[in-house]
Amino acid sequence: MQNKGLDTGDDIIICRDVHKWFGDFHVLRGVDLTVKRGEVVVICGPSGSGKSTFIRTINRLEGHQRGEIIVDGIELTDDVRNIAAVRSEIGMVFQSINLFPHLTVLQNITLAPIWVRKWPGEKAEKIAFELLERVGISEQAHKYPAQLSGGQQQRVAIARALAMQPKITLFDEPTSALDPEMIKEVLDVMRELAHSGMTMIVITHEMGFAKEVAHRIFFFDAGRIIEGNTPEEFFINPKHERTRLFLSQILTH
Amino acid sequence: MATVSEAIRPTRTSVGVLGWLKENLFSTWYNTLLTFGSLWLIYVILRGIGTWASTKAKWDVVTTNLWLFMVGPFPREDVWRVGACVIMVVLLGLLSWVGWGPLGRGRMGARRWVIAGWLLSFPLTLLLLRGLGGNSVLPLVGTNLWGGLLLTFVLAIISIVASFPLGVLLALGRRSSLPAIRVFSTLYIELIRGVPLVTVLYMASIMLPLFLPEGMRVDKVVRAIVGFTLFTAAYIAENVRGGLAAVPIGQYEAAKAVGLSGTQVMVLIVLPQALRAVIPPIVGQFIALFKDTSLVAIIGLMDLLYISKCVVAQPEFMGLKREVYLFVSVIYFIFSYAMSYASRRLEVKLGVGER
Repeated sequence: MQNKGLDTGDDIIICRDVHKWFGDFHVLRGVDLTVKRGEVVVICGPSGSGKSTFIRTINRLEGHQRGEIIVDGIELTDDVRNIAAVRSEIGMVFQSINLFPHLTVLQNITLAPIWVRKWPGEKAEKIAFELLERVGISEQAHKYPAQLSGGQQQRVAIARALAMQPKITLFDEPTSALDPEMIKEVLDVMRELAHSGMTMIVITHEMGFAKEVAHRIFFFDAGRIIEGNTPEEFFINPKHERTRLFLSQILTH
Repeated sequence: MATVSEAIRPTRTSVGVLGWLKENLFSTWYNTLLTFGSLWLIYVILRGIGTWASTKAKWDVVTTNLWLFMVGPFPREDVWRVGACVIMVVLLGLLSWVGWGPLGRGRMGARRWVIAGWLLSFPLTLLLLRGLGGNSVLPLVGTNLWGGLLLTFVLAIISIVASFPLGVLLALGRRSSLPAIRVFSTLYIELIRGVPLVTVLYMASIMLPLFLPEGMRVDKVVRAIVGFTLFTAAYIAENVRGGLAAVPIGQYEAAKAVGLSGTQVMVLIVLPQALRAVIPPIVGQFIALFKDTSLVAIIGLMDLLYISKCVVAQPEFMGLKREVYLFVSVIYFIFSYAMSYASRRLEVKLGVGER
């Protein structure tokens, strides 16, 4: 069914020289990034730097126009089967949450397992309840998203992303749209997920979270990765002037 | 805390019924004048109609011709077949009402049977009405003998049921990435919206037979239904398009990200939200269609309004126009209002958890 031709060993995501244009605007200017299984990678950078566009190329919500992206041995091209195979291996959590408002919390989570994985309803629901337990809101299963707080909604969105039992989870600024008192409950869930060995790429400006959880942190600017390092090195000893400026701005405000 | 909220209650005349009256009807001296003027006008008109309806009006024109109004020239000995259809639909309606109420929660099997019943009721109704022909239990009753409210209903219901999916398809077609489909849908929608319904009906009933091969004849009622369906579908398509545009892009992305295919994204995520948002205009379109069926008189079909014209044209019912037309308007109003009421109920029911 899927094109599993490539054995990439420990590297679950390989991006080489990824370029993308929106019309004439060169958003991604040659991004190289390799992520190992079980690794937690944090990406930060100013808005408009292309970091969000970049992680969206990894599950092909945006197509790239040059370079290559290989996810778990499958190269992303226009081939619909490859895209479907990659998407079912990757969960994604959005800044704007994007729960399906016409479905209950439980239905939001079971939808893809039932329709894409073709699991029977009972199995999907059993796993959905386990996930809701894990993110701490199993008592809300039969409510609609609009009846929950922002933090609860984002935790449901994480459960939805995990329902397909993905190998990788992408987080696109998961706490940026939340009220301050709800950020912690979402970060706690993400922290637990990181400790469980999930491969994660997280765009966030929560530097406390990054320091604690990330294996590597990358700084994005003007469509490129300017520098990447372990959290210790990254925060204490940033190499580039641009990174230093950015860090001073977000750490001191 | 309680004392604070008690201490600063709003003044009595700014809330409740009194507040509403003051705000909306008596806010200024000319508003007060207008209010009393309108009340007086309404009183005069209603009293006039009331006294006329209860004293002077000769309602026996309605009672004598009641069958004619209901079924037109449908053979009297076969009217039980119409009755059977009505009973079937009422029963299905009751079952749905119970099945989708608190009693039916979680009983998907039972609900499936009710849906199957509705689907089956269509061919069954047509079979009952039209008959099998020959000397069987159900002798043939040609559509040329269908009339009155029966015909109005047949035209309206079939056109409503057929135009809805067609309209949704056209709306999707208009947003399609395939140029041929997009151009066709757009042309179709704009063309139909650019001509009056009457011309569509004329086209369907007079022009169409000219283009069909010799010997091939399409039933007059079917032609009218095709006309209504094609016409209404274009308007529904525009309403649905509005609904589709209202679904945020994030919904598409989230649905794709969990691995749904393009069709699944549309059917499971986008359409349910888009259609819910456009229930009011779509039902408005259906109500318009129901009332517009009265235009079929011009292509020689005997719907409710046509029958009323015939009745008042008869010498023994001369000068009874007011009674007949008032009666007919009340019938149209009852069913139009019922649709509008059902639409509001549906909105409330589907609106659970929305925003």
